Order: sequence, then C-alpha cells, then structure tokens
Amino acid sequence: MSETQSNRRLVGKLVLTVFGMFGFGFLMVPLYDVMCDALGINGKTSGTAYQQEVEQIDSSRTLRVQFVATRAEGMSWDFGPEAEQLSLHPGETREMLFLAHNPTDRPMVAQAIPSVSPSIAAAYFHKTECFCFTQQVLQPGESVEMPVRFIVDPAVPAQVKHLTLAYTLFDVSERMPDKLAAAQAQAH
Amino acid sequence: MSAVIDTHHHDHAHGPAKGLMRWVLTTNHKDIGSMYLWFSFAMFLLGGSMAMVIRAELFQPGLQLVQPEFFNQMTTTHGLIMVFGAVMPAFVGLANWMIPLMIGAPDMALPRMNNFSFWLLPMAFGLLVSTLFMEGGGPNFGWTFYAPLSTTYAPPSVTFFIFAIHLAGISSIMGAINIIATILNLRAPGMTLMKMPLFVWTWLITAFLLIAVMPVLAGVVTMMLMDIHFGTSFFNAAGGGDPVMFQHIFWFFGHPEVYIMILPAFGAVSQIIPAFSRKPLFGYTSMVYATAAIAFLSFIVWAHHMFTVGIPITGELFFMYATMLIAVPTGVKVFNWVSTMFRGALTFEAPMLFAVAFVILFTIGGFSGLMLAIAPADFQYHDTYFVVAHFHYVLVPGAIFGIFASAYYWLPKWTGHMYDETLAKTHFWMSFIGMNLAFFPMHFVGLAGMPRRIPDYNVMFANFNMISSVGAFMFGVTQLLFLFIVIKCIKGGKKAAANPWEGAEGLEWTVPSPAPYHTFSTPPEVK
Repeated sequence: MSETQSNRRLVGKLVLTVFGMFGFGFLMVPLYDVMCDALGINGKTSGTAYQQEVEQIDSSRTLRVQFVATRAEGMSWDFGPEAEQLSLHPGETREMLFLAHNPTDRPMVAQAIPSVSPSIAAAYFHKTECFCFTQQVLQPGESVEMPVRFIVDPAVPAQVKHLTLAYTLFDVSERMPDKLAAAQAQAH
Repeated sequence: MSAVIDTHHHDHAHGPAKGLMRWVLTTNHKDIGSMYLWFSFAMFLLGGSMAMVIRAELFQPGLQLVQPEFFNQMTTTHGLIMVFGAVMPAFVGLANWMIPLMIGAPDMALPRMNNFSFWLLPMAFGLLVSTLFMEGGGPNFGWTFYAPLSTTYAPPSVTFFIFAIHLAGISSIMGAINIIATILNLRAPGMTLMKMPLFVWTWLITAFLLIAVMPVLAGVVTMMLMDIHFGTSFFNAAGGGDPVMFQHIFWFFGHPEVYIMILPAFGAVSQIIPAFSRKPLFGYTSMVYATAAIAFLSFIVWAHHMFTVGIPITGELFFMYATMLIAVPTGVKVFNWVSTMFRGALTFEAPMLFAVAFVILFTIGGFSGLMLAIAPADFQYHDTYFVVAHFHYVLVPGAIFGIFASAYYWLPKWTGHMYDETLAKTHFWMSFIGMNLAFFPMHFVGLAGMPRRIPDYNVMFANFNMISSVGAFMFGVTQLLFLFIVIKCIKGGKKAAANPWEGAEGLEWTVPSPAPYHTFSTPPEVK
C-alpha cells in the first residue's frame, strides 16, 4: 500500500470517528433522559400519566408532601397550590389543586415543569393526572384550577419521610404559536 | 541531481519562499510550527493581560478599576484564550516542529491541511476577541459557559463566541488527525511504536483524545446555538430540556480536555529529564501505559465537576473513586521521573529547571485535585478559590512550564543559537517565585470560603489577595523577559552544535542546528 493510500484510509477512519463523536454528543440527550427516567436522577418525574394500579396502602407509614410553586423569569401569572402540604400513606391516591390566574390583557400559554426532591424519591412519585402533561391556555383575566393526582409508591425508601413537589411555571406563548393563535381567535 | 542526493546534503531542495506569502501559503512543518508557537505566545500575553486586569481589581477589596460586568468578561475570556488559544496551540506547534524530526519523517502527513488548521486559529480568536467590543460585551458566563447563563441570559455576542469555538475546534481536530497520520504512517524504518520518543507517544494519545472530545464540544455549542436561535429546548426546562444536561455534555468534553493540555507536557518533560540526568528514562514502557491509562480514565470521571448539582449517592461514589484512581498512573509517572534523576549526573540548565519545577509543582496540583475528588469535602471547596488554586497549579507550572522547558530545550535546534542561560535562569526563578506567590495563597482563601469569579471579597481575605496580585504581576512581567530571550536567541548568540546537550538523545539531534528547511528527505535508519 502506498503512502498516499494508507494516509487516505487512515484519515477516512479518523474523520468517521469525528462525525461519530459529534453524533454521540447529540445521542447523550436521549441517553440522559432515559437514564434520568430509569434511575430517578435529578428529580425528574415521568411526563406521562401513571397507568399501573397500586393496590396496597401502607398505612404504617405517613409521609408529608409539600408543594412549591415558582414562576419562571418573565412569567406574570399568579400561581400557587391550594394548600402548602398534605400527609398521606404510601399507595394512597391523593389530589392537590393548583390555582393559576392570568392578570394580563392578552391570552397566554404556560407550561409547568415538575421536580421532586429528594431526587431519590422521584422514581417513586407517580402522577396519574397532572396539569403539567399539557400546556395551559388562559384568556386575559381568566383563572383556572388545575389538579394533580398522585401516588407515592409503597416501595419508596424508608429514609424518605418528606417529599417536595415543586412546579416552575414558564411562559411558552412564543414557543407555541399555534395554541396562542387559537386562544387569540377565541378571545375575539 | 542524483549525485547530490547520494551525498545526503539535500542541496537540491528549495528553501523557503520570500516575503509574506511564505507564511500564508507555507506547508512546511517547521514554518507552521513556528507560526503556532508565535500565535500561542501572542494569545498567552493577551490572556495574561486579562489576568492582570483581574488581579489588579482583586488587589484590594471593593470595586476599584472595573465594573462587575467587565470583570466577568475578563475571567471568561482569560480562561477561553488560555485554554484554546495559548496552551493547546503551543503544544500543536511543538508537535509540528518536533514530531517529524523525532520520528525521521520529511514533513507532516497532510501538509496542506496543516496550513489550513493553523490559519483557522487567528480567525477564531479574532472573532472571540472582537466580541469584547460589541454591544452588550463579550462572553461573561465563565469559560465553562454553563446554560442557561450562556443561552437565555447571554449577551447577544454569544453567537460569535459559538462560531469561534467551532473554528478553534475544527482546527484542533484537523491538527489531531494530521498528527495521528504522521505518527502512524511516516515513521522511519525501524522506528517501532515502542521505540518512539515519549513526546511522540503522549501526543499520539492526546490526538486521539482530541478527535474523541472536540466533536462533543462542537455538539454542545451547536445545541446552544439551536436553543438561542432555532427554538429548540436542549437546555431549557420550559420546553422539556434540562440545564444540568449541559454540564454533563460539557464535562464529558471538559475532563479529557484537561488531559489534552497536560499529556504533551508529560511527554516533553520525559524527554528533558533524561537528557539532563544523563540517564535513559526510567520505566519507558510503564510511562506509555500510564499515559494510556490516564487517557482512558479521563472519560469516566467527568461528573466530579458536578458533585453539588444533585447526583445520586452511587454516582458520587463512582465518580469519586474513579477520579482517585487517576492518581495511580500519575503516581507511576512522577515515580519514574524521580527515578530517572536518582543517581543521575544532574545539571540544571533552564529546560531542566522548568522540568524539575514541573514535577514538584504539578504534584502539588495533583494533591489538591485529590482533595477536590473527595465528594463530601467538595461541597466545601466547590466554586471557591481552592479550585482556582488547584487548576492553576496544574496548568501554569504544569502545562506552561512544560512549554517553557520544551522551548528552551529545542530553541538551539530551531534557531541555531544558544539562548542566554543567565537570562533564562532569571526567567525561571522569577516565574517560579511569581506563580507560587500568586497561586499558593489561593488555597487558603479558598478553604476559608472565598468564591471564584467575584470582583469583590470579604476584607478578611485582603492580605492574601494582595500577595496573590503581587505574585501575578511578577509572573506577568517576567514573560516579557521570555520574549526578549527568544528574540535575542533568534538574532544571534553562541552557535549551537547539532546536539548542544551532552545527554540529549533522539533523531532531532542528528540534523544540524538550525534544522534545515527540509530534513529527512531520505528516511534515517533506526536501529
């Protein structure tokens, strides 16, 4: 094999590696989500409703679940839970209402992002229904009550006695032009 | 013609072209190596002046000289320029100059690409520096450019920053491909892999690290670009992304990157210490394997930069132990350098002074790294000046002393003249004292809780900060002396023999000094 040929082959392989690693960088994005989902890292909870039935209620344990509502920068809605906390037994299905109000004079689209801490408990926090699964559209001055229904899995580690479910509400009007246009059409 | 070739005088070869276009169009590895070295030195002075601004502001508590917004731009661009503009190109320059000479190759394997990868750099850094003059200022989010600081809250110039990183990255990748192709395909007959000088070995491994992680860096800045301009949500929680993921991807690049900056210095020191100990390197084979082991481990320790973001306990433990494991191959290297010196006939010319200081001070930086690797303790150290002290101890007396040592060691080969030994020793001692004065007190203020990247501080840190600033000014000014020494050496001085060092070995010392424009047109025989 001549020198030019072997150079060409080697460079071909190396360039392929470079593109492979560029792709790998992007592959880390779904990989990260899968890892977070599987291991409950980072307080991430599932983005879809929990389907399985949890039958056993472990009435020997009582957990405290605290609710926190935060508005992201630039978000003008009023947003908060109906109660600051509640107590439950693992396996019980409970519900909490969050109230949102759009005080502005324009229709807006919002998205709530949940996070559970301690992060070790995130994998055991099942939401059967959540306003965070979809975007919320509010007309000017409109208010809404948004439910979240959840079960804390009886398998939650014994050291977890207190969980915090935190929502951050983002203004996604610009990111969701379709929904915004529909809401504007409705307003007129 | 053939008669000329037979005499091995290479008189048939044309010399360099004349004028400016020689440098623009050159494909000669020595020209390109020189340009890399000069460019990196210019960037070193530029990044250094930014460090001077930082230290001048921190000379006293309170705000004196600059506003916090500008201070942030200084810390950010100082880091970016030193990492991507000074240290990395300096090592690529050394590789360009020395690898063909060390393995008996006539030039780099891909000379035209070599020219292109150099000329991308002035473009990249022109772009980066120009952002400082734009509306809203230059990058101010730290050299690690964590999202969302670098996306949602970034100044408008961030797009130029992204393109600058892209260009610098492409340049590094092309440089790395070129180095791998040269080392694997152009070795002189008889030069087996395990006969290669260690500088060549460490660069081969570094080049593989570069092609593995620079594309990931390109990927992460591309994601930022898309988040900023095309409405994606890689790092934006509102759209389902996650800012913590940025840190994972960044440090997957970032940790191997720190070894990219130090492995070639390991190689250079492994050339220099045997030469001035007049003994062969102790444990050559273990040096090669230790370098490879460090390179491998560098891929599985990235989250030790993120102990405080909230990773599960098993993750903290894994990354803590994996990080500590790196101390084993690094310890092998330090042991080998010390053993090489043991019972050697030592002399302390400037390259050796820098190399010995490298071994001692890099080890101090390694120890503070081990302290930082302890996950529970890291919660105290995280984002304090202790971290700043740590990485400056591995980068300044590590990477940069490695570069100075190499420069003095090979200057006679490059210029044909001996440098001024007295001035060079002055340069060494001023640098040595200056950098220790600058960085050692940072350990103390860091442990006491002084946060990094903040232009003001508690008055209780005032004395140590003043000492740091004095040391930094001393180190900074001394580098102008280095510039003078190099220019003086180019202009004249004692003629250097083909091998000016008594104990130096290797093919690069078999060609005359200064090295002719074309060397090893016929490959040498390696036994």
